[in-house]
Amino acid sequence: MNARRVRRRVVNGVMTGLVGVLSFLAVLSLILILGNLVVKGASSLDWNFFTKNPVPAGESGGGVANAIVGTGIIVGLACLIGLPIGIGAGLYLAEFGSGRLGWTVRFVADVLNGTPSIVVGIFAWTWLVKPMGHFSALAGAVALAILMVPMLARTTEEMVRLVPHSLREAALALGYPRWRTSLRIVARTALAGIVTGSLVGIARIAGETAPLLFTALGNLNFSTHVLEPMQALSLQIYQYATGPFDEWHRLAWAAAIVLMGLVLLLAVAARWAIRQRHGAAR
Amino acid sequence: MAPPADARLQLETVRLTALYGRRAVVKDVSIIFPAHTVTAVIGPSGCGKSTFLRCLNRMHELSDGGWVTGTVLLDGDDIYADAVDPVQLRRRVGMVFQRPTPFPTMSIYDNVAAGLRVNGHRSRADIDAVVERALRRAALWDEVKDRLRRSALALSGGQQQRLCIARALAPEPEVLLLDEPTASLDPAGTQRIEELCHELKTNYTIVIVTHNLQQAARVSDYTAFFYVGDLVEVGRTEVLFTTPTQERTEAYITGRFG
Repeated sequence: MNARRVRRRVVNGVMTGLVGVLSFLAVLSLILILGNLVVKGASSLDWNFFTKNPVPAGESGGGVANAIVGTGIIVGLACLIGLPIGIGAGLYLAEFGSGRLGWTVRFVADVLNGTPSIVVGIFAWTWLVKPMGHFSALAGAVALAILMVPMLARTTEEMVRLVPHSLREAALALGYPRWRTSLRIVARTALAGIVTGSLVGIARIAGETAPLLFTALGNLNFSTHVLEPMQALSLQIYQYATGPFDEWHRLAWAAAIVLMGLVLLLAVAARWAIRQRHGAAR
Repeated sequence: MAPPADARLQLETVRLTALYGRRAVVKDVSIIFPAHTVTAVIGPSGCGKSTFLRCLNRMHELSDGGWVTGTVLLDGDDIYADAVDPVQLRRRVGMVFQRPTPFPTMSIYDNVAAGLRVNGHRSRADIDAVVERALRRAALWDEVKDRLRRSALALSGGQQQRLCIARALAPEPEVLLLDEPTASLDPAGTQRIEELCHELKTNYTIVIVTHNLQQAARVSDYTAFFYVGDLVEVGRTEVLFTTPTQERTEAYITGRFG
């Protein structure tokens, strides 16, 4: 009897310890990445880094202003294209998606969700870059939007499904037409969740590199022209990190901090949106 | 049953049958609801009383496989006629559900105004007046008049239910359907709602589904007893509860089953 109790305690202790170690390992990667970034890149972060454009190889100084603006434009454009389609599709799936068409859309979204981003990049190259004859930020935005849509559709659907059926019935019983019930009551109730999903989606595409290699290409100069090649932070990191110069490597680390900071900012914003929702539910 | 000769028949079902697919859950029910009366619908769980209620504002047809045969007449007009828009109909026949369903993203004020705004544009002052009147009728005004802009979720369960009644009253329906409105409330909240039924019937025709026989006896003028989809008996409440004509009614109200 006593031996059993000891055994139970030992197993309990070992398992608790094991789970603790494993969760520490999970967090460790993030800590290591962040730490490494700060150690290697923080020294290169100064005002010039954010305001200046790259200088020719060999010269020191210069910044990634063009890449920061470029990432902003490309991701913004991707949102303009992807958010309405993704959220619209999610609403459709949740409200009317019980039939065959809904099943098909859901299946396609799931497959697309698992498609490697480089494949999406090649797709955008084939259908946009090649016919247009040149690389462009627009093509990059389309590629990112394609990556974003299935994810958004599925999260939106889940969030909308969480809205209690009784709320829908209450609106209908009040003389709301079906579409107004969906938009005014159901979508609005699910809004905080949809916003969170969108922020997570944006954070995911903001760091994508592969789809941009064949589309936005990159640009050493400052450009806001969406039909021209455009620099993005991820591309800049790729180019600097694979380049031969130490100065470039330092800049790559610094650019990585900026990109990571951007993603973290979005993640924090998403957290905040969730908290708002739970706050409102009380 | 024999309503007073001068009573206007506001609502009437004629051989109403409600089905899910091929399964009938309300069978061949003909019943009249005189204007400005409260009719209680009682019966054991699963007897079709909620489904019956949902036929009166065409909510039943929104359920999977839900459809009806027979007719429902509102002021003499068939609400299942082709020309009738169910959305418009539901603005004339308000409904309150078992659980309070305030819209969580809206303030108290916006909840009550929701049914007005969907009806079309109205001036601010107009909506203000209607919201106040509806909240007063639902006996909630004094409790919320200082926090109309606050979230409706901050209210207690009983207050939320009265808010839902106010919301249903705001578009000025003719008929009010209450589907076990006190099932999730404490005794005090229940009492408030029952008192409301008495007050509201001067302006509205009320049909209330309830599990609670005492409640039916307290609030209603007429009572209809349903059993597995059949309307067994309907009559003046005091008559039905004291001298029921059907054996099943007597068995139910004396607690021998259900």
